[in-house]
Amino acid sequence: MRESIRFLRKGEVVEVSDVAPTATVLDYLRLTCGATGTKEGCAEGDCGACTVAIGRLIDGKLVYQPVNSCIQLLGQLDGAELVTVEDLAQDDRLHPVQQAMADLHGSQCGFCTPGFIMTLFCLYHAEGQSKSRATVTEWLAGNLCRCTGYRPIVEAALQACFDEADDAFTWRGRDTAARLAQLDDGRDVLIGDGESFFASPASLEGLGALYGQHPDATLVAGATDVGLWITKHLKSLPKVIWLGRIAGLDRVEETASGVLVGATATFAACEAAMTRLSPDLGALWKRIGSRQVRASGTVGGNIANGSPIGDSPPALIALGATLELQSHHGDRTLPLEDFFIDYGRQDRGAGEFVTGLFVPRPAADQVFRCYKISKRFDQDISAVMGAFLFTLEGARITAARIAFGGMAGTPKRAIGAEAALVGATVEDPATWTEALKAIQSDYTPLSDMRASAEYRAETARALLAKALMEAGGTEAAQLRLRGAEKPAGSSTLEAAE
Amino acid sequence: MTGETSTLAIVRQSVRHDSAAKHVTGQAVYIDDMPEPAGTLHVVPGWDRASVCGRILSLDLEAVRATPGVVAVLTAEDVPGTNDCSSALGDDPVLAKGEILFFGQVVFAVVATTREIARRAARKAVFEVEAATPILTPDQAAQADSMVLPDYQFGRGESAAALEAADHRLSGTFRIGGQEHFYLEGQVALASPAEDGGMHVHSSTQHPTEIQHTVAKVLGVPDALVTAEVRRMGGGFGGKESQANQWAALAAIAAARTGKPCKLRLDRDDDMIMTGKRHDFRVDWAVGYGSDGVIQATEFDFLARCGYSADLSLGVNDRTMFHSDSSYFYPQATIRSRRLKTNTCSNTAFRGFGGPQGMVAAERMMEAIAISLGEDALSVRKRNFYTAERNLTPYGMPVEEHEVLHDLVAQLEASSDYWVRREKVRAFNQHNAVLKKGLALTPVKFGISFTLKHLNQAGALVHLYTDGSVQLNHGGTEMGQGLYTKVAQVVAEELGVTLDRVRITATNTSKVPNTAPTAASSGTDLNGMAARIAARTIRDRLVAFLSERHECPAEAILFRDNKVIVADQAFSLAQVAKEAHMGRVHLSDAGFYATPKITWDRETATGRPFFYFAYGAACAEVTIDTMTGEMTVDRVDLLHDVGHSLNPAIDIGQIEGGFVQGMGWLTTEELVWDDKGRLRTHAPSTYKIPTASDIPADFRVRLYESKGNPQETIYRSKAVGEPPVMLANAVYCAIHDAVASLAPGEVPDLNAPTTPEEILRAVRLQRAKAHRTVAASAPAPVSDSGETD
Repeated sequence: MRESIRFLRKGEVVEVSDVAPTATVLDYLRLTCGATGTKEGCAEGDCGACTVAIGRLIDGKLVYQPVNSCIQLLGQLDGAELVTVEDLAQDDRLHPVQQAMADLHGSQCGFCTPGFIMTLFCLYHAEGQSKSRATVTEWLAGNLCRCTGYRPIVEAALQACFDEADDAFTWRGRDTAARLAQLDDGRDVLIGDGESFFASPASLEGLGALYGQHPDATLVAGATDVGLWITKHLKSLPKVIWLGRIAGLDRVEETASGVLVGATATFAACEAAMTRLSPDLGALWKRIGSRQVRASGTVGGNIANGSPIGDSPPALIALGATLELQSHHGDRTLPLEDFFIDYGRQDRGAGEFVTGLFVPRPAADQVFRCYKISKRFDQDISAVMGAFLFTLEGARITAARIAFGGMAGTPKRAIGAEAALVGATVEDPATWTEALKAIQSDYTPLSDMRASAEYRAETARALLAKALMEAGGTEAAQLRLRGAEKPAGSSTLEAAE
Repeated sequence: MTGETSTLAIVRQSVRHDSAAKHVTGQAVYIDDMPEPAGTLHVVPGWDRASVCGRILSLDLEAVRATPGVVAVLTAEDVPGTNDCSSALGDDPVLAKGEILFFGQVVFAVVATTREIARRAARKAVFEVEAATPILTPDQAAQADSMVLPDYQFGRGESAAALEAADHRLSGTFRIGGQEHFYLEGQVALASPAEDGGMHVHSSTQHPTEIQHTVAKVLGVPDALVTAEVRRMGGGFGGKESQANQWAALAAIAAARTGKPCKLRLDRDDDMIMTGKRHDFRVDWAVGYGSDGVIQATEFDFLARCGYSADLSLGVNDRTMFHSDSSYFYPQATIRSRRLKTNTCSNTAFRGFGGPQGMVAAERMMEAIAISLGEDALSVRKRNFYTAERNLTPYGMPVEEHEVLHDLVAQLEASSDYWVRREKVRAFNQHNAVLKKGLALTPVKFGISFTLKHLNQAGALVHLYTDGSVQLNHGGTEMGQGLYTKVAQVVAEELGVTLDRVRITATNTSKVPNTAPTAASSGTDLNGMAARIAARTIRDRLVAFLSERHECPAEAILFRDNKVIVADQAFSLAQVAKEAHMGRVHLSDAGFYATPKITWDRETATGRPFFYFAYGAACAEVTIDTMTGEMTVDRVDLLHDVGHSLNPAIDIGQIEGGFVQGMGWLTTEELVWDDKGRLRTHAPSTYKIPTASDIPADFRVRLYESKGNPQETIYRSKAVGEPPVMLANAVYCAIHDAVASLAPGEVPDLNAPTTPEEILRAVRLQRAKAHRTVAASAPAPVSDSGETD
């Protein structure tokens, strides 16, 4: 048992033994270290001003990912390298991303700038990124700027981020990797006492024992939701168990039949597998939170805490995903939709935790489509999220699975519409009438700040029609505003001709 | 002055923001980053999360006081001076007494050893409030005659009769949403007690003088005992013009009470709930026009939601009226404005200061005229532009640069390929059932000057030291707009030194007093001029000194590249400064500038409110999804007039940033209050400003090749802070155009912001109109827009 956390910063191992269960990385930096380059903009992981880079070994390679430090627990740094905006310039020489941002007038008020710099630093170090505006804007979706209008920032990124990385972090990358490997000691961590602690078990057995002993503890995977309980709701969480170091729990396994996602696999970690499973699912994945959120947030955590902010569950339900849970009573598996009992209520017993999720791969005779409707395209929570899996015999639908988010207190299937579609053909809109009608009675949506009940109902119907049109062969380009990437510097009108 | 450009060394250069290197390394210090003085306490405002308005029957603060770490709890009784932080009218209590007027009104404040303790303690108050029925919307307030300020109107001719007599008439109601500033750095102040009851306040404010005055007022001490200082803000946009007062006041009251430095930094949610925003409006409009689309008469009724107090609503709403002409001549016009009092946060300045609402209403009217005549909107716009003969605004000020307006729009019309793309849009819409495109080209004409005449003044303080280095101070504040950089360029130019020799110092009321807010786009115009006057005075003294000493004519003395050329000899400025000092020449000066020509008299509604106008134009192309209401902005071309630019890169930054901010206001940024009057969108998770992917993939921005400002402004430049916001009107109009394509000849019912839901609502109504047109015999569905022909 270790009673401290250890991480790398500026080439040194930092060991902290007084880690409060809910201490955040941002407060640690600003209040404890007096490192004020990293800013608090919103304290909820939405503006990106507090972005820092976290270096970790992923499959043996050093990878830097942007993280919102305002909702990252200090304890989550264990075993990682922490890089902040103060760490990039070397001997008064700006880092290439800093130089480009300064030269191209990428800062005005400058308050968001450190966060942008750190996201760009991660992009600078990322491998296999195609040099395009779309790549840049997708990386920057989690960084808000209110002054510049982004154009110079995007240009700075295009100028600085796509050559082979060549900075102090690459020069000492081998050493960093070796030291991170050393920090990974496989020991359980527990800081505190029986009343209040931050714990980080290293194995499932360790978790089972600890959680069995403290079923009132809060399980934390990425903290992208729990972080807000702390910063916004001022919730007291005396016992925190972080799952991020449990060996094997972050597995992502692709098989012919589907993808197995371990409970602590982040959205980022399974993005490629999800994209291979379905391009639509991949496109959705890129719109879940932001880079920062996806680097920390986990699919398992998003499901397990029953957050109403869940864009992925409707898609996963439509695909027929199943959930695996474990407790000291044993394991069980259930269809994902059955896990969500009611708003804020899930089928998870005391001491029980999610271990993984299995997402079946659509068969050759199946068509999967999903659509996210939100006020803003990137980094927004859906007003309506619709997902559709049609099993076809030629043009005839033999089975349908439809799930929506934003239409009820939980992600929910459209049982009536599913039934009404059996026997319909995707080529004949006249055969859709019953299903389009049924979807009205399948849900009783609410009005809130994201959309009215009327808009939700109307859009749900429209999305079903869209999915059927696409399944019937209408080109996505005629039905979707964004999808196929537009060439930079040209009007879309050319495409219409 | 016209010959200046060719000899300029520093002005006109795209030098980067003076803090750029500090921004990118995290070394730029904002108030919350300053090392806290020993013993600093933290202040958190307390409010009733259950109340929107009503009488406070009781307030139990026992649990708050009993929280370990809490040092003091302040209520209205604890304000030593006057319990008011308003700009002028005395209607903004620092701490509410007896009554809550809106959701988020501050009633008490907790002072504690840490911010965390204060935040937790603040939630322990127990309120008992007798709830009253709130007035929330402009409609409710108008019905109840609930006003923060009297109605106001101006105009020309007999518009009612002229409307009656017009060839064609259109009228409608247009609702325009408000906007949250979302400066990335929230409101923050740090107050430190000084000797003799004085107070030093660091405040993230656009108006240090008002912070000074407010703090003096709430403490009951003379202004001279209070110093306000600000080095930089993490964004302002108008949201820190008056709205910074309350937090500085609370920090100062806490500091005076405890004798310790006190810091108050608002949570993002508190910030968004408590502080004012851009005014939202209901606009009732009517227009009469000829078959050529030329306006004969128009009437506007602007109903603004001002919130619970007046704040800056007078100036904001006046500016709405001043800009309801956009760039169009109204032969007969009546512009009426109601400043409505509601139980919501007190709406305030926001980049454009009411202008955007007035202008977008005019643009919508233009779209409507064009649609009803089956003409292209750009053609109709151009026919209504101000000309040499038709050059008087409804408030009687002549539009002198109408040629710039015509030329600029013609240039953009050509460079954006408007007419070719108009045909392509038509073709696209014929071939696509679900996705529809829209295109619009709209002008901007924005009046530059504070409409409150006395604010058009500025001071600057320039010191030349004996080593040739220069220290610069002025009353303007740096919020990211590059003001410090531009004014430093001016001083460097005047003294012939390189920029690195000019030390920029924090805005401080003890250095330059009685300043105007940095607002109304005037920061550079005013402070640049004041700084130039100071620098020139010092230079003139040196010239006189050198001229005498070297017995050469003044014209033979040049200041350039840190050197002074005296006839055929070159000296370093350091040498000259040292010698002048030894010769007892004063090397410091306080420059003062007051804008000329401004004569506006609000009582009689006559005179000239603006020194000049800034012009611009935008062409936007959008695509909407008629099944879901989603929208993308595909291409935008901007052409904007900044006169002779002081710094092209900084000006382009203002243009792009202003445009994107305006686009956010008109598209995704929606403020939602629930039916009880509680703001529901008070964090970036629910309030959506544009992200990087929302800007058009094809974004072409150019500065207009100006002949220079005809008015004698600083190096013939033009103000650029606010005007570009209104370039975004093109995006709104393009969406309007896309919706209109669903039923030719029918005017869409599209309000702002154009969220997917709003677009889909307009699409649904438009389709119904198309249906009505086809099946003329069927009963017509009733539109709630009030659009009539």
